[in-house]
Amino acid sequence: MHVKLSVNGQAHALDVEPRTTLLDTLRDTLKLTGAHAGCEHGVCGACTVLVDGVAVRSCLMFAPQAEGSTITTVEGVTPGPGELSPIQDAFCETHGMQCGYCTPAMVLVAHALLADNPAPTREEIVEAISGNICRCTGYAQIVEAIALAAERLRGSNRPVGA
Amino acid sequence: MSETSRFTFVSTQRRVREDRRFVVGKGNFVADIDVPNMKHVALVTCPYPAARIKSIDKNAALAMAGVHYVLDGAELAQGTLPLMTGLDTPNVPRRPLAVDIARYAGEWVVAVVADSRALAEDAADAVRIDYEKLPFVLDAEMAMEKDSVLVHQAHGSNVLLDKTFTWGEVDKDFAAAPRHLKLRVKWGRSSTVPIETFGVVTSWDPWREILDVWASIQMPRYNDQIGSALKVPVSSVRVHYDVDVGGSYGVKRGIKHTVLCGYLSRRLGFPVRLIEDRLENMRGGDAHGPERLFDVEAAYGDDGVIHSMKMRALENVGAYAGRSPFQLGKPVGAIVGPYRIKSVQYRAVAVVTNKTTQEAVRGFGQSPTNVAIERVVDEVANTLGLDPMDVRRRNLIRTEDFPYTIPSGTTYDSGDYLALIDKVLAHTSYEELKKKRDALRAQGMLAGIGIAAALEPSGGNATFEALLNPNVTTSTFMDSCRIAVDGLGSITATMHTTSSGQGHETLVGTVIGEVLGLDPELVRVVRPDSLNSLPSGTPVGSRMAIMLGGAAFEAAQKLKTKLTAIGAHDLGIPPERAVYERGEVYDRNAPDKRIKWADLVQIAHRNYHRMPPDMEPGLAVSHVMQVPTGGKLPTADGRVQMYPCTSFEFHMILVTIDPALGRPEIALYRIGHDCGTVINPKIVRGMTMGGIAHGIGAALYEEFAYDPEGQMIAQSFMDYLLPSSHEVPPVEIIHQVTPSPNTVLGQKGSGESGYLGAPAAIANAVNDALKPLGISINTLPLRASVLGDMIAEATAKKAS
Repeated sequence: MHVKLSVNGQAHALDVEPRTTLLDTLRDTLKLTGAHAGCEHGVCGACTVLVDGVAVRSCLMFAPQAEGSTITTVEGVTPGPGELSPIQDAFCETHGMQCGYCTPAMVLVAHALLADNPAPTREEIVEAISGNICRCTGYAQIVEAIALAAERLRGSNRPVGA
Repeated sequence: MSETSRFTFVSTQRRVREDRRFVVGKGNFVADIDVPNMKHVALVTCPYPAARIKSIDKNAALAMAGVHYVLDGAELAQGTLPLMTGLDTPNVPRRPLAVDIARYAGEWVVAVVADSRALAEDAADAVRIDYEKLPFVLDAEMAMEKDSVLVHQAHGSNVLLDKTFTWGEVDKDFAAAPRHLKLRVKWGRSSTVPIETFGVVTSWDPWREILDVWASIQMPRYNDQIGSALKVPVSSVRVHYDVDVGGSYGVKRGIKHTVLCGYLSRRLGFPVRLIEDRLENMRGGDAHGPERLFDVEAAYGDDGVIHSMKMRALENVGAYAGRSPFQLGKPVGAIVGPYRIKSVQYRAVAVVTNKTTQEAVRGFGQSPTNVAIERVVDEVANTLGLDPMDVRRRNLIRTEDFPYTIPSGTTYDSGDYLALIDKVLAHTSYEELKKKRDALRAQGMLAGIGIAAALEPSGGNATFEALLNPNVTTSTFMDSCRIAVDGLGSITATMHTTSSGQGHETLVGTVIGEVLGLDPELVRVVRPDSLNSLPSGTPVGSRMAIMLGGAAFEAAQKLKTKLTAIGAHDLGIPPERAVYERGEVYDRNAPDKRIKWADLVQIAHRNYHRMPPDMEPGLAVSHVMQVPTGGKLPTADGRVQMYPCTSFEFHMILVTIDPALGRPEIALYRIGHDCGTVINPKIVRGMTMGGIAHGIGAALYEEFAYDPEGQMIAQSFMDYLLPSSHEVPPVEIIHQVTPSPNTVLGQKGSGESGYLGAPAAIANAVNDALKPLGISINTLPLRASVLGDMIAEATAKKAS
């Protein structure tokens, strides 16, 4: 069936099987491979993208269901070739990852959190990432990355995500 | 850290170069690899724990649009050899697809190839297989019994390995000791369960006769194993090491997936890809970890000093044997933990059952063993009414004892265990912690303190293979690095394996930068494919800081030596008068006489007439490193130098349990960690934190549970519970650096840190919490449901 998707500010008219997930559409059709398949049953969160600014599991959503929404992937929050967003840079500063597989989702969750709450407490950060499983880090350096990003963003005049 | 101040880049808070590509979603994971004309594989699995395959009807599947092939085990077995195993068990052959008999629920029986994974799954549903159900056995002890159902009839029993070692005067020490205790400890079947499942893409080029392989792999001798199973020279197997692996922690050993795909891509003439879904990963991916039953006896004195230990470790390896029985071997290299136990009897038994096949998991059997040892130490304290901290202090190896040779023949390199414990206690008072625990108890909570002292043997040389299988004569486990300086002076170094998050590119860059006195960012690190590579033992056995770091160090030293010789010759001075410093060479007696980097490069690349006579032109060096302290086979009585380094960790935690819920919660977590010289503090900290999180999972939540019908019932992340950010408490790490005398920078391994002591500390804490009720538990995971029932029963008994 025909689906119109708005992804990272770009409009796409696609022909997909109705059963195709948003995750598979982003990865296989649009070649946006930053979203990753982890469990494909909505627990691990590796496939997280932002749908109208909200962190959503793209493995639990069919592509046609995303029509009319604004979708943002990790590629969409990356400022440009070779450039990092302040949140991405903070993840590098604290080494908030190891294998990098859950990382794009964690970065997007951080973007969503900080857009709503520029000064989250540790507990609020822990809560925000609690739907995203990381097997490498034990979360500590991810929590620190988000706290560092929040602190740096508060110190700048730019809105989150810009 | 005064011990590390001699370094410029090593041990400093540098960023990890790999991170940049990951935060923007530009990792190169196997599912991101898109080979033109690639087709997709899905699997049909056996629904029974044991069944004869009577017939396979492929017609409906083959008739579907977009379906290319349906492969069964008989055809695959015709075209390939069984997969390599560690023990010599020819009658327990392991193959990618079941032949005649399937031996566990979820075992792969048929592979379907189609235009897309979705079509392949549809077609897999259309394959009709007629089975005859067979009797099965799930329990390791039952499988050991004489009249047990046999998993492999031709093998004649279910026992793959049953070997007893006696190191020292065990009988004498037991007879002389006034006190004995026995303890049974169970480690439940769990695994590392990376968030990326295993995946592989293969492509056969019939004109060049090369099989290209891209895989999410972490496996020693992967190319050898592919070549031998597919009956092609290993020079026809090109494994691409520039694939980022989305977590492994030991378990990504997808040899059966690879052989299956390799066969299909050769047979069909197009590339094929198999990316496991989560169920395939958890059930049929052959990626379970140890399921181990320990029976331990200790002989000790009234003072709590442990003199001797007998341990039987019974491992349920599942339906087939890969390398997994060897996981009973690695703990031999640290069989007494950090303690001065004089003699040990160790019986290692591995049996097959109708469960999923096991593979290597972080620590390779050491973490379960550490739980058994640490539970025994706590029980020794319990029986004597002593404090477990005091009992540990009385038994720990002292710093003046190093190098210390344990009864099983391994010499521990260095350590200062008591000093690290003192540092942890200076940070967090043990007495205050006990008061806190007692205050919680007074409020009606169950609360317990858990301590665990554990070792991380690191730098593996794989001599456990020869120990458990005398026909194996492996006495090396190499790693290597090549450095080339190009014609304009840029530096490129190589490493020869995949990584799964350990930051090896950062490791190599940092070490070479340190030796050459140049910014590590100037050192590009690449991964050639296996046909362009030097030997690598891969990132197993907590070895890469030691072995890849060591190889990079030695290669950089060779480069430095060559640059110095070129500079000396050009300056017209003897080499011993020339000094290399930060990319330049100068005359010690006249420091103004110096040759800069660009000129050294110019001479080596273009001015042979200015080179020392008989020196190779160019600037290309390599080093293949032997394992420090390695090179010897076990003695006849089973003593062996296992790993060159032992890192130490000391955990101290406080656990609370609401008696109404039975759910343990970690209220405080401290760990002292000593892995010698830390090359990158951010990486090591992350590994320790991640290891603790994994240990929390294994101790409290994670289990591949089976029902009595032989079905694995933890089939999704709703049932197999992974710790989230809520379950992992804040952890404070107290560092100590006791350099290893066996490594180039004093470094030891840290890839398994945290995991090696966390389950033991948690088990001890939960038991301390249960102590006022007069009950104890030694079965991991320590499930809230079980604890809740135990607590309710004990409370009712106490009240009546």
